[in-house]
Formats: sequence, C-alpha cells, structure tokens
Amino acid sequence: MAIAREAEPVGSLQEVKEAGLDREDLLGVYRNMLVTRGIEERGHILYKQGKIPGSFYTGRGNEAASVGVATAMDDSDVGTPLHRDMGVHITRGVEPWRIFAQYMGRADGPTHGRDGNVHMADSRLGLLAMVSHLPAMLPVAVGCALAFRIREERRVAVGWFGEGASARGDCHEAMNLAGVRKLPVVFICDNNQWAYSTPTYLEYATEHVADRAEAYGFEGVVVDGTDVLAVYREARRAIEKAREGGGPTLIECLTLRMEGHAVHDDAFYVPKDMFERWAVSDPLERFRSWLREHAELGDTEEDEITSGVKRLLNDALTRAEESPLPDPSSLTEGVFATPEDLDTPHHK
Amino acid sequence: MAEKTYLQAISDGLRQEMRRDKRVFVIGEDVGVYGGAFKVTLGFQEEFGPWRVIDSPLSETAIVGGCTGAAIMGLRPVAEMQFADFISCAWDQLVTVAAKQRYRAGTPVPIVVRLPSGGGFSGGPFHSQNPESSFAHIPGLKVVCPATPEDAKGLLVSAIEDPNPVLYFEHKHLYRRIKAEVPDDRYTTPFGQARIHRAGDDVSVITWGAMVWTAEEAAQQLEADGISVEILDLRTLVPWDKRAVMESVSKTSKVLVLHEDTHTGGFGGEIAATIAEEGFENLDAPVKRLTAPDTPVPFSPPLEKAFIPQVDDVASAVRELAEY
Repeated sequence: MAIAREAEPVGSLQEVKEAGLDREDLLGVYRNMLVTRGIEERGHILYKQGKIPGSFYTGRGNEAASVGVATAMDDSDVGTPLHRDMGVHITRGVEPWRIFAQYMGRADGPTHGRDGNVHMADSRLGLLAMVSHLPAMLPVAVGCALAFRIREERRVAVGWFGEGASARGDCHEAMNLAGVRKLPVVFICDNNQWAYSTPTYLEYATEHVADRAEAYGFEGVVVDGTDVLAVYREARRAIEKAREGGGPTLIECLTLRMEGHAVHDDAFYVPKDMFERWAVSDPLERFRSWLREHAELGDTEEDEITSGVKRLLNDALTRAEESPLPDPSSLTEGVFATPEDLDTPHHK
Repeated sequence: MAEKTYLQAISDGLRQEMRRDKRVFVIGEDVGVYGGAFKVTLGFQEEFGPWRVIDSPLSETAIVGGCTGAAIMGLRPVAEMQFADFISCAWDQLVTVAAKQRYRAGTPVPIVVRLPSGGGFSGGPFHSQNPESSFAHIPGLKVVCPATPEDAKGLLVSAIEDPNPVLYFEHKHLYRRIKAEVPDDRYTTPFGQARIHRAGDDVSVITWGAMVWTAEEAAQQLEADGISVEILDLRTLVPWDKRAVMESVSKTSKVLVLHEDTHTGGFGGEIAATIAEEGFENLDAPVKRLTAPDTPVPFSPPLEKAFIPQVDDVASAVRELAEY
C-alpha cells in the first residue's frame, strides 16, 4: 500500500502562474527540454561517427523531470545531478558546446578530458560533478545542506538518485541524517523503472521509493515525471519548504528509460508494450501540446523556438569540434588542490 | 610552553582552530555530549554549540560525504572516525568522491578525517588497525601520522589549512603515554618534511607514528652496545620526504624500514623500492623491512604482542644490519 502522496497533474495556465511561472518562463522551459534532447540526439550521432570514446548515456524520457526540478531551484541553490539529468545542466546555464567537448574528451569540456559523459558540472552554476558510484552524491548533497544550516543561509541542496541506487546504503545514511537534522535538502528519485536490466520489483519491495520518506521523518511525493509542470510545482513546494526550515522532501519522478542503459544496450528486456505505452506520454510532445492548448503557442513561435535550438546546437557542435584534445603533458597536473584553488565563490 | 600529552595537543590544536576560524566544525559519533570516544573533543560542544560540534548518527558514509559537501560549500570540516578501522565504511566517499574531485572536476575538497589508529590494548581485529597505506595508494589524498605532541598539534593545523582531503592518523598508544612541551601559540608543521628523531651513524630506521618510540627504546639499548642508530620520523606519508630518507641512507648506508601496519603492500615497500631505485649505490646492506605479519590484528595479549613489532624485534633487526 502506498504511503507517499501521489501528485495531481497541473491543469490551467492560471494554476501554473500561481506556482510561479509566467508565459516567458514556460517557453524557456520548453526550449531547455528541446536543447536537452537535442544534445543527446546529436551525441548519439557523434558516438556512431566514432567521435565519442568509451560509452554514451542519455536521459531520453527524463527531460521533464530534470528540467522541471532545475527550474524550481533558485540561483543560490545547489545540486548533484546524474547521468539522466542533462536538463539540469542546461537549465542552470551550461553552454552546450562545452557538453559536446566533454563528450568527445576535448580540452574545453568542463573536466578538460579527465572524465567523460555527464560526469561533469560547473561549480559556478551551483552544480557538483557526479561519480559513477550511485548514489554517492546523496551524502554530499546532505553535506551542502548541512553547511547551509550551520551558516543559517536560506539555501537548499537538491540531491538526485535513481530507483536502482535507492538499494544502496548511501541512500539510507543520507536520508536518515537529513531527517534527523531536518536539513534543507530535497531528494529527487529519477525512477525510470530499470536499473540497467533489473526491473523495479527486484530493486525494492514497497510500492513507491517515496514511501520510504515517512520512515525518515519527512514527506514523500510521487509525481508523473513526464509532466514538467507537475514536477516543477512539487519541486518548488519542496524546495521552498526546505528553505523555510521545514526539512527534507523525497520526490519520486516516475518515467520510463526510453533507451538502453547506455548506447551499447538495446534494452531487449523491456517489454515492447511498455515502451509503446510510455511513448504516448513523451515529455516534450506532452508539454508542446499543453503549450498549444493553454498558452497559445502557435506555429510561427514554435518554429522560431525549434530553429533557434537547432542553430544553437549546430554552432555548439562546430565549436566543440574545434576544441583541441588535451595535452598529454598535463596528465599529472591538478591531482592536489593549491590554496589558490579555494579562491572560488563556493569556498569563500 | 606547557607539557602536554599527545591527546591534549590534538585537542588544543583543534580548539584553537575552531576559535580562530568559524568555518571549522567537528562531526562524528559521540563527539558532542560525550566528548568523543577518547575525549579529544571534551568540552567542545559547550564552547562551540551543537551545530559546530555535531553528534552524527552511526553513519560513516554520511559523515565523510557530508564533510565533502560542506567543504565544497566553503566550510572546513573535521570528521572523527571513532576508530580508524571504521573508515572502511566511508571508503567510497573518500576514494571515489573526495580524492578525485579536484583532478576531474576542478573542485577542491578541504576536509580532515581524524583516525584513532593502532594497537597495543587488545582492541582486536576491528579496533587496532593502521590502514594508512591503503589511502597512501590513492591519488588525491594526503596522509599524516604524527609521532610527537608538538607534531600532533602542528600537523593538525596544517591539515585543516590544506585544500585537500587529509587523513590524520592519531595513534591511540601515544594518546596519554607520550608527553612533551607544546608551544601555546598557533603554528603549522609542514607536510613532506621528515624529522630526525635521533641522529646516528650506523643504521637508519625509517618509520612513523608509534613505531618512532619503539625504535627510540631499541636505539637506547643498542647505544650501550656501540651501535649508533638514526631514527627518521616521516611525519607524513603523502607527501613523503624522499630527500631526507636519501640523505640518511647516504649517511649510514644501512636501512631498516619499520611500521606497525602489515607487511604486503605496506608503505614500507614503497620506501624500500625507492631506496633501491635511487639510493642503491649508497647501500652497504640490503634494505630490511620490519612490520606486522600479514594477518588481521589478533586480540589475545601474547598474540598481539607477537603481531606488533616490539623493541627487541627492532634491536635484533638493527643488529643484523650493523653486522652485515
């Protein structure tokens, strides 16, 4: 039996305005979702062209969840997005050409070729770079929230994890400490129903991952992760509650991972009808329809947005391909930080 | 200057930094009301309050991960593991997150993890270990092992100042046994500078932590037999003072590398290999290692005594070298 609250969908433009988004914001959200998907689609092509070393991961199907949550964050908030959360980086303002450079292991990627894929973040945008060990960034997000609490700042940390990673101990320790200390942190579970090839019923025994929140002393919410406005509204509520001293919330965004775990995986183990059912609620298409119906998005304006995104990504790709590969002579630099490295906005 | 125990020196150094720098806070199990399992933070919560001396749940992963997040947000966390052995529960946070964050993401992680380590009190397999070499192997982590009260304070201050994750191994067998004059003012002891604990001409003993004092007792015995022992206390393993080791090697030409950690993959192997690579021409005897054997730390006193290198073991190893 479910314990977590199941969030209602968002209906009218008026409702959205009340939640804090005007029409311009909504178009920005749509644009960010398009950029997110566009980057990953182009990444696929780059991979097939042999331009991306290693493997390649995307978040197809998770665009509404990632953009929706990031839109609800304030500039001073921080987050630890994961490999299905490109939309968070886009919404926080990372330049797409740097992402392509990162994919291709170039010197101008956020990690300068030291790490690949979405294992990156721009700390100036309030994001911390993920590691492969999931959900190791949850305790780190809780630590950010602890710093905000110690300094009595009105800032919130957002920590992401997947339903697969919810099985690991880091998840428990992070949520327990956050609950005990009522820290300003919001946990976002990207539940895309597949941990590589493992379905949810082999990952956890409750109906929802969010049902656990009750056991940690805070609220759990399940939201349709393909509904960007519902995700935004729930994330906003949770973030503002945390900011006001109300403690953590666990939000579970339910989606389907629309591709394999990574590019090499054809996801043969996912039932075909499951893909078909979820394809109907494609997050981009869903939001586009909503905008046309509720926010007077017309053909001309839509074309402008679409072609603007296309141009942005084409230019980004060209610029990234011009970026040099890292110089092997830099290999051993930067293992240790110097005191000057602490001279950043965060470390002051 | 006042005479302080090794434990008081750690406590004083930490308190002084917390008074000086509001960003420094302490988190760990029982560090608040109880003052820590060994009482290093006794009275701290009364002075600094419950949000700077934080009693955490039993969650080593959340403690170290939490410190990482707080450090990136600009604080200077000092975590206490109740025993160094429990750092295994936070391995991922140290090795996977904290150690690699600067190199791959450009984000420094200035945290200190205090690790009460070492045996000698029948603590058994889980309260006696010296896991320093495991972490010395990880690029991005610094490893500190003070042997004297003065260094305990100075190295702790340096560790808090350092912009990297620092593992601070404080040997439990030194806590109340070793006393010495410690300056009252704030001072730092730089990393990577070994200390000549005892100057000598015949054999060099390269060591750190509690073994410095075992070597000292052995050296006193050997002096009566006319063997002059030089003891080099490395103080820090990452970075370690290669130059000082090579200088001592060229002076005595005979080297014993001594540590309380187990043998295979122990940090002594790294020192011995470096001497072989860079100091071979100066050697008059093969480099010798004296370490604990490759077993878990046993509980029963005669077993534990056989496990930890004793004064007589050091003396006979040095004698063998002297006679070579």
